[in-house]
Amino acid sequence: MDPQPEPVSYICGDCGMENTLKPGDVIQCRECGYRILYKKRTRRIIQYEAR
Amino acid sequence: MSDSDSEVMAEADGFVSALNMPDVPSAKLPPHLELRKTRVLCNVDAPHNTDTVQYSGAYASIGVDNSLRFDDFCNNFRVEVTRLSHEDMEFDMVGIDPSIANAFRRILLAELPTMAIEKVLIANNTSVVQDEVLAHRLGLIPIKVDPRLFDYLSENDTPNEKNTIVFKLHVRCEEKGQRLTVTSNELTWLPKGSEFLKTSESLTSTSKAETYTSFTCSQDSLPEFGGNPISVYPDITIDKLGFGQEIELEAHAVKGVGKTHAKWSPVATCWYRMLPEVVLTEEIEGKKAEVLKQKCPANVFEIEDLADGRKRATVARPRACTLCRECIKDGEDWEKRVSLRRVKDHFMFTIESTGALPPEVLFTEAVKVLEDKCELVISDLS
Repeated sequence: MDPQPEPVSYICGDCGMENTLKPGDVIQCRECGYRILYKKRTRRIIQYEAR
Repeated sequence: MSDSDSEVMAEADGFVSALNMPDVPSAKLPPHLELRKTRVLCNVDAPHNTDTVQYSGAYASIGVDNSLRFDDFCNNFRVEVTRLSHEDMEFDMVGIDPSIANAFRRILLAELPTMAIEKVLIANNTSVVQDEVLAHRLGLIPIKVDPRLFDYLSENDTPNEKNTIVFKLHVRCEEKGQRLTVTSNELTWLPKGSEFLKTSESLTSTSKAETYTSFTCSQDSLPEFGGNPISVYPDITIDKLGFGQEIELEAHAVKGVGKTHAKWSPVATCWYRMLPEVVLTEEIEGKKAEVLKQKCPANVFEIEDLADGRKRATVARPRACTLCRECIKDGEDWEKRVSLRRVKDHFMFTIESTGALPPEVLFTEAVKVLEDKCELVISDLS
């Protein structure tokens, strides 16, 4: 485990707002109160063949 | 055959027909054979005489030489352009075998190179369209650039300024409650190549960070693209974004041909049809002429007023005939009055370009491809 867990940002499934959560936080959107949050996609580049 | 029978009869009478004199070659076939040789007869049941007569000695027995001579071809062959715009063209190609006309069509569809997006590097895509589908959609966008200025990228090549075009797409929907339509206009050309850095362990060891392409110079410094930036076909919807959704990607276009994948086909489509010939075998007058005019959905027939007040049907627009056979469907007597034919060596060609090259250039390129194929065969045989 990392010594200092970094806050991770999530995207609200309803309004699309970005939320940063720390371990132990309530999983709820700060903007609209929606309880489904999505993890952000990796920033790593993924290569596809356009076929 | 009845023809040879009559010849035998003629000889028996002591009369030698000009056709049978060995030193007098007759250039012309009798009309009924000429019809079978040059026309497809489109009867109610089926088309007849659809094959072409290839054999040089097919009419040797009546003294007609059927061999194909280069001089004859040069004298008879002609091309007439009937419609031409920057993206489509229609022309008549006359005096050529169907197999060669078809070869041009197939080369246009499958063997002329264009540039198309092949590799898509996606950094971010939070839209509802999946990465694979998005990549496929990008691949089908026509790129307006002359493919002759580029080389093929083979498996061991590194992408460079001579074989790759890089486009960037970075859009994000910032407005709440709005839908943002992403169109192909948003694809921006990166003349200096890829901007994405390769994340590898060698990043720290090498002095310069590596990108996904290795351009030695910027493409806009090349004379071909100096004042002429590479663009894609505009206003094609790629995706729709909701609030907060984002697409960030790079698309790498390479040269290819249509037989590998249809996205490289330089034509939207390309087709030909044989010239229709509508012949009225007897005079059609009065009420029958009206009936005939009404029968045709393509409006091929017209009514002509004769001097003495009678009305006669004429074939005004034979090119419009779609061969629906409506005019000969109602009984045998109509079949006898109207003869629908196709001219076997007259092709009405249509080319619809996707925009990379103008259609007339595409056709001349297709001719060059066929020429190269012929040269290959000749060198293989000799």
